[in-house]
Amino acid sequence: MDAQKYLWEGAIPLQIHLHESQVTALPPPPPALILAPRIGYLPLLAPLIKPYFSSTLPPGVDTIWFDYNGLPLKWYIPTGVLFDLLCPEPERPWNITVHFRGYPGNVLIPCEGEDYVKWSFINSLKEAAYIMNGNCKNVMNMSQSDQLELWNSVLNGNLEAYQRVSSKLKLATVDEYTSLCSPKSQQSLGETDLTAQLKTGRVPVRLYLLSVREDFDDLDEVHPIDSWEKISYINRPVEIRKEDKCFSLHDALKTLLPELFSDESLTDVKLSGVDFEDAVRKPNEDVSSDKVMEDQGQNAYKQPEAGHVSSSAEIKLIRIQGIEPKLEIPFSWVANNLINPDHFLHICVYVKVAQ
Amino acid sequence: MFSAINSRWNCSGLQQVMDVLHWDGTLSAQDFRIGAFAFAQEWESLNLGFPPWSWVLCPKHPCLASPEEGYLSLENICISRPNEEDIHQISQIDNGEEQTGCSGDENFVDNATLVQSSHHELHYCDFHIVYSSIFRVPVLYFRAYCSDGRPLLLDEIEKELPVCSSKELSESKWTFITQEEHPYLKRPWYKLHPCGTNEWMKLLFLSHTANPKFEAVPELYLLSWFSVAGQVFGLRIPSKISN
Repeated sequence: MDAQKYLWEGAIPLQIHLHESQVTALPPPPPALILAPRIGYLPLLAPLIKPYFSSTLPPGVDTIWFDYNGLPLKWYIPTGVLFDLLCPEPERPWNITVHFRGYPGNVLIPCEGEDYVKWSFINSLKEAAYIMNGNCKNVMNMSQSDQLELWNSVLNGNLEAYQRVSSKLKLATVDEYTSLCSPKSQQSLGETDLTAQLKTGRVPVRLYLLSVREDFDDLDEVHPIDSWEKISYINRPVEIRKEDKCFSLHDALKTLLPELFSDESLTDVKLSGVDFEDAVRKPNEDVSSDKVMEDQGQNAYKQPEAGHVSSSAEIKLIRIQGIEPKLEIPFSWVANNLINPDHFLHICVYVKVAQ
Repeated sequence: MFSAINSRWNCSGLQQVMDVLHWDGTLSAQDFRIGAFAFAQEWESLNLGFPPWSWVLCPKHPCLASPEEGYLSLENICISRPNEEDIHQISQIDNGEEQTGCSGDENFVDNATLVQSSHHELHYCDFHIVYSSIFRVPVLYFRAYCSDGRPLLLDEIEKELPVCSSKELSESKWTFITQEEHPYLKRPWYKLHPCGTNEWMKLLFLSHTANPKFEAVPELYLLSWFSVAGQVFGLRIPSKISN
């Protein structure tokens, strides 16, 4: 039932094609079929991918990078997020192209090896720590061995090792808020809980907003994204105020994108009587035993109510870790269970804007 | 001067007396805007021989209701240090001394008088001061290039920096200067990592005021901040906190 466990086991099946410019011997090599961890990063797959293609590569230094339909993939975005964002209709396997030369340095920040990914991860973790605790001392003062263990746990997808090290960091969670939703906890709320609440108010969020100008009803009608210009990146924490008895995902999204979430849709959201235990149970049914988390979101969850605020914009999709959660879910649950190892909640939102 | 500051303050609707001891060293987005204009004005009045900072306004996404954002920009600044061969060719630099460290005199790179040497390719830098809504402090973004426009790598830039900067770089390779996407231009830029900025800003203000209770004026923040951040590049300006 541990959502984080399922998250860490989740993977995207990739069909990786070598770019034609890199093929030196005919026939071109067949694509590599790789299972990429959702919570991982594409360059970390290099050791798995290279053996497939090393015999056909031209001589020289290899600097790996990927593209999807010609769009260079930003390697510091977790694999699962890239998939959720760039494949509105999930493509299985996901067909991406690998390059070992011609790194587009004017578009992508350099990535010359595992260390680059590691430090990007650590700097994100520092940012998350700063958001939650007001400083990043806990991350900066990590011992070398702890830092290594933490990074290795992400590399290897070892949740137990990760939790062991990250618990030492004392990164504030928002557990205190889940208890606010059940009436019996009201009496047990003591002084210490209040102080904890005051401290833990901010949830690190990275929101990717994709604006689509075309008219579409189904997600598979959307043209492939050909430019990062179409995606707005919002790196802003969500503050859970202690007076909000039950702060939902909808409330959280409203603080980030106030123009897109109307007050009308807010009245539709009923907070009492929502059995979110049931909502949580659904993705588990679909997880197969060989550790592949399929993107069954559309069947298990209802589509979110399209927010009709301004007549010019309409929300079509909200996706977190491959699922489309009900907007009534308490945000504290989302913040505790759907975060990446960098302690950020990555949220993909598709918006249809007027032409 | 104080009464003038007070009246400007009241107009912008800020809090009254700020106790530095309880301040966390950060700046709000609105105060950053106010401070940016004040910084740009102060910069010009200091007559350092540099061009003025300009404020660049950023386009807003139609769906996002965020207030107008912008950043300060100073571009095409020569960061090359004169090497020994060029010293005798340079006629107008203040002391004619090579910059060796961060401590000591008021020297700064004066691009108005630096003479181009045929032996030594000159390197230029663009500086952007961007507000970080996460760390709530200004962040110095930069990129460097040759006179022909070829971008410089960090190890090439490092050669132009004062000794203590390159020392810091070698000790904190991944955390002092990081390479990230410019938040508005969406291209790879370098930045001075902002974690810890709020702490040393607070210390800076505390160390300069005898009386810890003083009206924290946003106008002073950026100038003081840059007096420290700019030193990474050997740019020295007075911090002006002690009035």
